Amino acid sequence: MAAHRRAFIAGVFEHPTRKAVNKSLGQLHREVAAGALADAGLTRADVDGYFVAGDNTNLYPLSFIDYLGLRPKVIGATDTGGSAYVTHVGQAIEAIEAGKCEVALITLAGKPRTGGAAADPVPDWPLPDVPFEQPFGRAVINTYAMCAARHAYEYGTTSEQLAWVKVAFSHHAQHNPNAMLRNVVTVDEVLESPMIADPLHRLDCCVVSDGGGAIVVVSEAVAKALARPLVAVRGYGDAVKHQAGGKVDLTYTATRWSAAVAYEEAGVTAADIRYASVYDSFTITVLEQIEDLGFAEKGKGGAFVADGGLISGVGRLAVNTDGGGLCNNHPANRGGMTKIIEAVRQLRGEAHPAVQVPGLELALVNATGGWLGTRHAAATMILETK
Amino acid sequence: MSDYLSHPAVNPETLEFWKAIGQGKLLIKGCRACNEAHFYPRAHCPHCDADETHWVEASGRGSIYSFTVMRRENPQRVVAYVALEEGPTIFTNIVGADPADVRIGAPVHLQVSQSQEGLPVPTFAM
Repeated sequence: MAAHRRAFIAGVFEHPTRKAVNKSLGQLHREVAAGALADAGLTRADVDGYFVAGDNTNLYPLSFIDYLGLRPKVIGATDTGGSAYVTHVGQAIEAIEAGKCEVALITLAGKPRTGGAAADPVPDWPLPDVPFEQPFGRAVINTYAMCAARHAYEYGTTSEQLAWVKVAFSHHAQHNPNAMLRNVVTVDEVLESPMIADPLHRLDCCVVSDGGGAIVVVSEAVAKALARPLVAVRGYGDAVKHQAGGKVDLTYTATRWSAAVAYEEAGVTAADIRYASVYDSFTITVLEQIEDLGFAEKGKGGAFVADGGLISGVGRLAVNTDGGGLCNNHPANRGGMTKIIEAVRQLRGEAHPAVQVPGLELALVNATGGWLGTRHAAATMILETK
Repeated sequence: MSDYLSHPAVNPETLEFWKAIGQGKLLIKGCRACNEAHFYPRAHCPHCDADETHWVEASGRGSIYSFTVMRRENPQRVVAYVALEEGPTIFTNIVGADPADVRIGAPVHLQVSQSQEGLPVPTFAM
């Protein structure tokens, strides 16, 4: 197996709130930053690298560096939507390995639930693609729904199979006291929930929640002095998939490419993975990623996820044991951050006992960001206990 | 619209497209270097990166590659990808059809609509 990278995830924190009525966006960033630093056993004074996504057009990184009172030597603001935080960990590792910083802080916070912010931003007409999509009502959900429709057409994937993704994560969420939706649901309940964009029902969609999370990535030298269990990154990869000038194929994602890079760098395959955090913006997102990660052949993802295939202790692969975005939390409409946090909990043996995968040494994190059916990024990360 | 360039969606690279669709013609781009068509239209070819692109009038015929029905919009909008006869698959709407009748693979033809933004846009009818 390949040697791990020379930087470690030393601290993580998921904000317990799901509805932040009395908190500002700045406070949420501050609280997740403080939480992750405390988890690592570090303080603000140790931070010399800072990564944040969000709205780059408003110079978002500068505002939060100012608000938090940081003095970073390395800053990163790559914004690919929900996958950005996996990418940020990768970029933090690169910066640390290059000797540019030693303690990188990554924060995410948002208030889409109380702030009423729409998932779909105001049209930015100068972007080259916008004039050819916005007039047709492009929205997050219809770009995912068309993937689901085409996957069903080519491979016979059923709404029941998609529903099993939600059912599995609801089984996990019942054990998470902070989860927004803790009730176990059935396949029938998913299918009987209102149709939003065929074939996706309301319960095929992730929750809208306030909150946030943060991650601290540190150098080997800093890591040696810390008490908490360290998580090493064995490999990661980024990729982007788009319409390719009109050669549209909605049945696979950029994960096919990002995973190949991550597996190669880590020296492992899907067969070695027993826990995966997979961004579940919608049920179809999970199903296509499961295939593209190599857990199931293309077109067989429906059979893989059905009948509890993703439930910890039931299926061959445990996925999203916190309840995922479908049941637990989806701060700022971006799922990559909480995916990393739950994978770290699993590798530390700190997931809820009912969903903890015993003796876990390797975990996979995969997130997509953007619009699955038009243009999206994927980021894959293989983590291990150190 | 008399002056397409006054609309924020229109820029010098795509002005011809908007003028044509306003006259009921769907323009896509061809490439003299690789002979592959592309959409949305660019000055360069996204397939081979050559600058030798030219406007091509598409037949307006194609088939539905995928679609969804936005159930909470009134009227319910059918968002679709249509695979044009000339090759490129384009993001669009299916208009004038009962959403219950829309099927992947169904043949469709161009029917220009007026968008909410005041633009003539290429939509398709069954």
